[in-house]
Amino acid sequence: MAQSAATEAGGTAVRPEGVEGLVSDWSSDQRTFKNVPWGKAMMWIFLLSDTFIFSIFLLSYMTVRSSTTVDWPNTSEVFALTLFGVHIPLILIAIMTFILISSSGTMAMAVNYGYRREKNKTAILMIVTALFGATFVGMQAFEWTKLIVEEGVRPWGNPMGAAQFGSTFFMITGFHGFHVSVGVLFLFIIAWKVWRGDYDTERKGFFTSRKGNYESVEIMGLYWHFVDLVWVFIFAFFYLW
Amino acid sequence: MAQAAEAKVEGQQHPIKVYLVVWFWLFVLSACSYAVDYFQLQGYLRWSLIIIFMLLKAGLIVAIFMHMAWERLALTYAILVPPILVMVFVAIMALESDYTLFTRLNYFTGG
Repeated sequence: MAQSAATEAGGTAVRPEGVEGLVSDWSSDQRTFKNVPWGKAMMWIFLLSDTFIFSIFLLSYMTVRSSTTVDWPNTSEVFALTLFGVHIPLILIAIMTFILISSSGTMAMAVNYGYRREKNKTAILMIVTALFGATFVGMQAFEWTKLIVEEGVRPWGNPMGAAQFGSTFFMITGFHGFHVSVGVLFLFIIAWKVWRGDYDTERKGFFTSRKGNYESVEIMGLYWHFVDLVWVFIFAFFYLW
Repeated sequence: MAQAAEAKVEGQQHPIKVYLVVWFWLFVLSACSYAVDYFQLQGYLRWSLIIIFMLLKAGLIVAIFMHMAWERLALTYAILVPPILVMVFVAIMALESDYTLFTRLNYFTGG
């Protein structure tokens, strides 16, 4: 990044790589994360803290599931759907997984086009990502409705087995769905700024007053990929286990 | 990697092809994880396959989509090492829930 290199005190062109680089970066008595804009470093640190939150949710799920004496409901059947007269296990969740993976792909492309300064392609790809995300949330709303109304699942019990199924399900998928919803909003805002050309004209942000830069698209991308990443773990541990 | 040197100079700029290949593999791996359930594999085979596919997907997303593979080690270690410590917590809670189950089975059922 030209900008960070310029602001670096005594900006040496060559920095050591590997473990030597790790030690010198941390002991440089300057900013630790060289070549990383502060916004990106802060997003990574936020994501790390979010990782702990989701880890604790999944941990508590593991704890209650492995300590209950009642049988756990069969997720394969709970989340099955009958489509066109065919009964397919876990199909709803599989579709949601593919939608989220697709949105991650379009987001990665958006970041790439952002750095190429192709503003229209970037904005369109971000809108597509947001629409995939909105579809995901919509399917989750459908899933929750089906579970609550038809299957009678409540946070304190359900007809299919262990009561903890409902409480962990609503907590984990609810928190994840909330993250996706915030991400969709975030995507629309950044896409709008890209479209308006904020990052080409270096228009100052209304809140931070910092010059607009395509780094914002990458930072947005980090958040969005993280949401997909969390789903990978939820899919494996909650739905498939 | 050849792109690593360029990436240091001008943001995180990589060929589109890298993303398309990773995207393709994410689809394949997701299909594989779904197949584990679809064909109702059980026992250790099921659990190991779920974990393997999960870790491969997570690795691809973090390394390529989130560009961690091209970051300097100072950032990579700061972000990726702490979550590994969660495994200690997992071990503690696995023991704890095992004990809870033991007490439930021995003192709170059939009485």
